[in-house]
Amino acid sequence: MRFWRNLKKYHEYALYEARARLKSEVTSSYLNWIWWILEPFLTMLIYIFVFGHILKVSEPNYAVFLFMGILMWNFFGGVVRSSVLLVKINQDIISKVYVPKYMLLISNMYQYVCKFGFGMLVELVMLLIFRVRFGWHMLYAIPFFIGYSMLAFGVSSILIHFGVYVYDLTYVVGIILNFVMYLSGIFYSIEGRLPGNFGKMASKFNPVAFFISSMRDIMIYGKAPSLVWLFLWCVVSVLLASIGIMLIHKNENNYAKVI
Amino acid sequence: MVSIKVEDLVIEYKPLSGITIQKNFFQKHEKRYMYRAIDHLSFEVKKGEIFGLIGRNGSGKSTLLKAIGGMISPDSGSISLGKQSAALLAIGVGFKRDMTGRENIYIAGLLLGFTQKQIRKKEQEIIEFAELGNFIDMPVRTYSSGMHSRLGFAITAMLETDILLIDEVLSVGDERFQRKSFDKMKELIGGREKTVVICSHNRPVLEEVCDRVLWMDHGKAVLCGEARTVLEAYQKYMEE
Repeated sequence: MRFWRNLKKYHEYALYEARARLKSEVTSSYLNWIWWILEPFLTMLIYIFVFGHILKVSEPNYAVFLFMGILMWNFFGGVVRSSVLLVKINQDIISKVYVPKYMLLISNMYQYVCKFGFGMLVELVMLLIFRVRFGWHMLYAIPFFIGYSMLAFGVSSILIHFGVYVYDLTYVVGIILNFVMYLSGIFYSIEGRLPGNFGKMASKFNPVAFFISSMRDIMIYGKAPSLVWLFLWCVVSVLLASIGIMLIHKNENNYAKVI
Repeated sequence: MVSIKVEDLVIEYKPLSGITIQKNFFQKHEKRYMYRAIDHLSFEVKKGEIFGLIGRNGSGKSTLLKAIGGMISPDSGSISLGKQSAALLAIGVGFKRDMTGRENIYIAGLLLGFTQKQIRKKEQEIIEFAELGNFIDMPVRTYSSGMHSRLGFAITAMLETDILLIDEVLSVGDERFQRKSFDKMKELIGGREKTVVICSHNRPVLEEVCDRVLWMDHGKAVLCGEARTVLEAYQKYMEE
């Protein structure tokens, strides 16, 4: 398939670009990569203050609970949000040389994966401090994160295409993401918070909520995640990604005309 | 041997403002304004030939180069390059402004289908040719416009693709660099391996390097043939 051929051919580019971009991000601030840790950490402190102390939310091991949620959300929200304008941002390249547009997305995702990795290191340290039981079951985090990335890729690949043509999409996506964020239980466990069946529905049918709560189960509570649902969401993601890739293949050479 | 074959090519631009949701939903059936940049154009370029494009601003020259380079696809008609690779050399496009010159060399090279290893071999040569010195490790946004285009030229010239597309680039930089890149270009073409399509307003340049020239107006071919003849006709037309 054309997608795999392109992936092989342009993969080196995607990696190089991601690395160069992270590097330029690092060199242009004083605290450089420390920000990747500091930013989610400070966000966590704010949320602990607002939700923990003012709104009196309480979950077991609230700090690690929150931090995990923030990391997971930053990844998904970040990737999806930036994909809308991805083609426009890269127009300097696009107007000069052909590149499959989803490679821009993959390159972009590498950057978020890297930041997520840094965050996970902090999370692990925090887990140590909270005396959470470590064990092999934590390796479940890997397939779940891969599934989560596939989901982000699937959603974003479609948004890349429409982002070129529909200017209003930035606002729409921003609002939807905001709503999804509150339905994904980053600050609280949705099942307990949202009234009655609504909470159950949200946690079952919102994939972001599913992945976040699974990651928490794996990393913090030592509970077994649902592999069936993981599989189902992977299938959905592959479907979304196929649609996105098809749209991009069909239309990408018209993007240079619009931007 | 034919290197580039363009047949009955049509390229249309949709309105530049994009489409808003509102327009999309409520004005779907209204016929949108289209701008035809290339209008039923056909020609062939032989392998190793230097082919010039001339015409007024907005006559479709740059669009044509982009289409040959694969950045834009035809609305109808076809462009065939066989298995050859093509690179576009143009002023001021194609760099990531926040990245260093060196990183931009790699990004451009990787996008043109070279491996990191191949680029590493050429890296020094590119830096020397572009005369950037220590600036190579500074972000491109700090470059002067001359440095910018020197780097652009050096990358495309040193990383050799089968087809080189040149957009107005020979008229930038100081005179000395213009001469140097001009010579380099002639050297590149000297082997008759490389096909070059060059678009420029600079008549003497075109007359010196080109074998044949295509004169375009409003996306159509006005005259195509031996360089001197076409350029003279164009000159006469412009003076009228």
